[in-house]
Amino acid sequence: MLKVMNLYFNYNDTRVLEGIVANVEKGRVLSIVGPNGTGKTTLLKCIAGILKPAAGTVVIDGHDADGMARRELAKHLGYVPQSMPVRFPATVFETVLAGRRPYIAWRPSRDDLERTAEIIEEMNLADLAMRDIDQLSGGQAQKVLLARALAQDTLYLLLDEPTSNLDLRHELEMLEVIITLAKRKDMGVLMAMHDLNLSARFSDTILMLYQGKIFCSGKPSEAMTPENIREVYGVEAAVRQENGYLQIQPLRCADLSPSRGNRIPPYVKDQED
Amino acid sequence: MNNIADDLCRGYKARADARALFLAAAFFLLLTAMAIGLCIGASGMEFREVIASLLKDTGRGHSIIWMLRLPRIVMAMLVGFGMGLAGAVFQAILRNPLASPFTLGVGSAAGFGAVSVILVFGGGFQTWYIACGAFLFSLISAALILAVAKMKRASSETMILTGIAQMFLFSSLTSLLQYMGTMEQVHEVVFWFFGSLSKAGWREIGLAAAMILLPFPALLWRAWDFNLLSSGDESALALGVNVKRLRMSAVVAASLVTAGGICFTGVIGFVGLVAPHITRMVIGNDHQFLLPASGLVGALIVVFADTLGRTVWAPQVIPIGIVTSFIGVPFFFYLLMKRTREYW
Ligand SMILES: Nc1ncnc2c1ncn2[C@@H]1O[C@H](COP(=O)(O)OP(=O)(O)OP(=O)(O)O)[C@@H](O)[C@H]1O
Ligand SMILES: [Mg+2]
Repeated sequence: MLKVMNLYFNYNDTRVLEGIVANVEKGRVLSIVGPNGTGKTTLLKCIAGILKPAAGTVVIDGHDADGMARRELAKHLGYVPQSMPVRFPATVFETVLAGRRPYIAWRPSRDDLERTAEIIEEMNLADLAMRDIDQLSGGQAQKVLLARALAQDTLYLLLDEPTSNLDLRHELEMLEVIITLAKRKDMGVLMAMHDLNLSARFSDTILMLYQGKIFCSGKPSEAMTPENIREVYGVEAAVRQENGYLQIQPLRCADLSPSRGNRIPPYVKDQED
Repeated sequence: MNNIADDLCRGYKARADARALFLAAAFFLLLTAMAIGLCIGASGMEFREVIASLLKDTGRGHSIIWMLRLPRIVMAMLVGFGMGLAGAVFQAILRNPLASPFTLGVGSAAGFGAVSVILVFGGGFQTWYIACGAFLFSLISAALILAVAKMKRASSETMILTGIAQMFLFSSLTSLLQYMGTMEQVHEVVFWFFGSLSKAGWREIGLAAAMILLPFPALLWRAWDFNLLSSGDESALALGVNVKRLRMSAVVAASLVTAGGICFTGVIGFVGLVAPHITRMVIGNDHQFLLPASGLVGALIVVFADTLGRTVWAPQVIPIGIVTSFIGVPFFFYLLMKRTREYW
């Protein structure tokens, strides 16, 4: 289990995260939702060890992440950024191969190459394998980044809006790949998402952030209520079950009350174990 | 393993093999260029005579080969290799295609360090003093660039502007030193700036070789990490690279290489910028191959330029820096025009 315990983070003097608590279980998908700028990306970066939290710890299968060497951490956590700057582009194959770096001393072994090729094939990227990554569409590039994180062979995956550049079909495909992998390889997945419908459908647990704090967390049907959505997003929404899925339909912008977001929802689950 | 995955692996290996082939070809070409350079000179020795003088003591011929031509060619090779290598490393760690020892001002700083040692100690200095002075100042200027790069949102442009500012600063300081120096000292410095390759003796070569070649294996060992830097610090961190330590140690290594290349020959600017780019255009951005190949291409350019500089206007010798630019610039333009897409 990946445990985030009472995490705080500041950018300079601005508090961005406050007392974040989350548990990512193996084989389960936990989605972070919340409006722009609430700290979803920041939270993922803190967990991945890219940013150093001001307080709080991340514990991976009983080991404190802070005490782990970088290479060791990279064997436990794969991180897929929202987007990636490219300078001096490599090919798709080389980019995915880079995911093997925690296992590579100075040049990739035969195993590393085979593993890379397998993943490229699984992700249906074989046709692009010899293309340079700066010549891909946004969606293709996003798939390559996921493939690279998969090549890391980690137990946990951190995904920052993995479907933000994908079309309808690829979005579904990508999420299905992710949950299938989570189940099959018993990986724990923590992802930031904007689409409430899809996150409700594909996650076991929802963590709703508002202004750097956990607003609520729980099963999708518990977290995605009209009241919560009004408080967090300032949007009136209709929520109903349809075709076996939770349907969240935004209706209109709500009047923003001054005390918005300060209401403590009754069902904040105690996440300490 | 099934067919598709097998094909993919084979595709990757084929590319790696092609790159290794390029390395081998560049190495062979370099040896050839050095051999040609050895056979050409003012004294007009024949090929057979050159070989004989190289192997056994034949009196005058022997000393021409061993005391004049060979040191000069070996020094040209070392300097070119160092500039190409340092350029590739600076470009990788700053993620900046405009970076090179020259454009970052690191070369001028090293030059200033060397010149101040020459002037301060007058005639009474040891060769390794010059090397130390050059290294010290190249390190200072590289640290400054690194500090600027760390500043929030320091763009490529900011870094290069800082570099150019440094270049002017250190050139002016060098001029000031000359202005204040005596006639002999000034002569010494001018000679250092232009006479360059011809002054290299085996002692200097040994020192330069140590400064350029010793950091090379360490840099090559980190080649994979340089590859990861190209997709940003965050990705590199997430893949287990200790980015800060990598940058620091690479900057020290590249400064040492730059100082080694410059301290006995003066600033040969252009090679450090173009050699990595020429190499990129041919074999791509994998630093496992890019680092050694940039060095070899740089060496090839300087050795070739030196041979040309000694022959076209013989017995006059055109300074190496000038010839390098004359052949490097048009060739680079040609490649720029010919390329089909952006490589950086
Ligand atoms: N480098 C930075 N320096 C200072 N403040 C930052 C920095 N990066 C982000 N922030 C601030 O931190 C807060 C959280 O940002 P973060 O990127 O985590 O939001 P997010 O939830 O991922 O948003 P989005 O949905 O738009 O991706 C924002 O208010 C943002 O302005
Ligand atoms: Mg974000």
